[in-house]
Amino acid sequence: MSQLQEVTVDQYRHLVSERALTGETMLLNMGPQHPSTHGVLRLLLELDGETVINCIPDIGFLHTGIEKNMEAKTYQKAEVMTDRLDYMNTMGNNLAYVMAVEKLVDLDVPVRAQALRVILSELQRIASHLVWLGTSGLDLAAMSMFLYCFREREQILDIFELVSGQRMMTTYFRPGGVWRDVPVEFEQAVRDFIKIFPRRIDEYETLLTKNPLFLDRMLGIGKLDAATALSHSVTGPMLRASGVNWDLRKARPYMGYEQYDFNVPTHTAGDTYARYLVRVQELRESLKIVEQALNKLPLGPVRSDNRKFVPPPRSEIGTSMEALIHHFKLWTEGFPAPKASIYSAVESPRGELGVFLEGDGGPKPYRVHMRTPSFDNLSPLSKMVKGHLVADLVAILASTDIVLGDIDR
Amino acid sequence: MEAKLEPIVKALQAKLGGSFEEFRGEVHYFVQPAQIVEALTLLRDQHQFELLSAQTAVDYWPQTSPRFHVIYQLSSLAQNITFQLRVPVNGDNPTVPTATGIFESANWRERELLDMFGIQFEGHPDPRRILMPEDAEGHPLRKDYPLGYEEPQFTFNFEDIDLRKPYAKE
Repeated sequence: MSQLQEVTVDQYRHLVSERALTGETMLLNMGPQHPSTHGVLRLLLELDGETVINCIPDIGFLHTGIEKNMEAKTYQKAEVMTDRLDYMNTMGNNLAYVMAVEKLVDLDVPVRAQALRVILSELQRIASHLVWLGTSGLDLAAMSMFLYCFREREQILDIFELVSGQRMMTTYFRPGGVWRDVPVEFEQAVRDFIKIFPRRIDEYETLLTKNPLFLDRMLGIGKLDAATALSHSVTGPMLRASGVNWDLRKARPYMGYEQYDFNVPTHTAGDTYARYLVRVQELRESLKIVEQALNKLPLGPVRSDNRKFVPPPRSEIGTSMEALIHHFKLWTEGFPAPKASIYSAVESPRGELGVFLEGDGGPKPYRVHMRTPSFDNLSPLSKMVKGHLVADLVAILASTDIVLGDIDR
Repeated sequence: MEAKLEPIVKALQAKLGGSFEEFRGEVHYFVQPAQIVEALTLLRDQHQFELLSAQTAVDYWPQTSPRFHVIYQLSSLAQNITFQLRVPVNGDNPTVPTATGIFESANWRERELLDMFGIQFEGHPDPRRILMPEDAEGHPLRKDYPLGYEEPQFTFNFEDIDLRKPYAKE
């Protein structure tokens, strides 16, 4: 672009304080290219020395029009777009979307597929929390955390590659079940992970939980009380760190979560350290769910046998005319969904990941809205950072665990 | 209908009138744009809907009355239920009263609706675009806004396509 847009303080007159207009305080851009913004987030800061007076987040640098693109694809093909939303939680996004489609067309999922979905989404939750722990450690100058966390995450991504052929953009869950059954090596791979991981969490905690340098940076920083959090629609670990016990896996169990025994960690302090504790405890709880689900993983089919929505297995296509027709119709035309709308939500590592889906009787969604948790979790940032130092802002932003792909969609 | 939802629907009907639809256990309640603040306040204060889970819209173009539905998806943590309010609005440049006074999350959500659908929210404290660039034209999630595409370029037709490719203007 040859002509850069002139930005004046007038544009932000209603957002900054009077003192910025006279030049008494300084307006400073943090980002969009800044390592501690975890992506492409621009924060317009109003500073009095080192103290943050005001913080105006500017989002949209990663807006890719996913909702619009999904309207142009059939229900099966639109799922591929959901991987690209929150790229730290691809399995969870797939789960939210396929559950919405299943609710819209009223499709049942076999129990084995449900258990596989639980195992993989909980592994994804661990992987996502590991990225958060590693990168927030990096932000607070704990370089080794990053290396340790990514070592364990690699093991989870290897499991994903084993089941789906892809490390990140998995698209493994499909409406009516999962793509195909897991290979025989799957169980051993997950058992290996379950075996080593509790020790590794202990290692992380030894490095951070009682480390005085870490506590100095975290304790009492970025407080968010429960009423403000609810008003801002904050969900997930951030809400639980503010003392509200709300987890959709417990409140409205889906995919058989009611069978598993796990706790929902909550803290009441609402500061950066409480959010750290909640997420680290969630690592252990998720591992408990993975182990239980793996121990009683039922045998049986992994895809619904409703041929109007789920393609038939390969072996049937060679021998059955109907199977061939179903296969052809499903992949060229897609399946129709009723002219109605539903809202379905799951608990992602960041909070309530909701899908609003409206059908128009045809094979393509009329409107898809992804209610992404990061979008709402970022919105109280300006309240949380007021009066803190710029260095604290980095710690607070890390503790919100935002993913820009999730915000900008 | 779920038993917990019945008193809520009755209370809304007694106060505001209006109709509702049911689908797969969900209740979608229709209210007029002028009543939305009253309806949201009633639900939050009398029926413990603390969380505005989602706020979005649907465009029914070329139909003009209503052209849009503005959707408020509410969750009650205490009662563990969800409830959906739908506000049908007419015309191409509709206005709806803002919900920022009731739920703070409506601030960014309404900016998103302004950006993506061109729905104005009366009384909004900060009506700017949120996801699209400030100088963008049009509202992408409207149904009359075309979905763009890009022609794939290969070695043999690279230059032909490059000539007519709509690059960003200098």
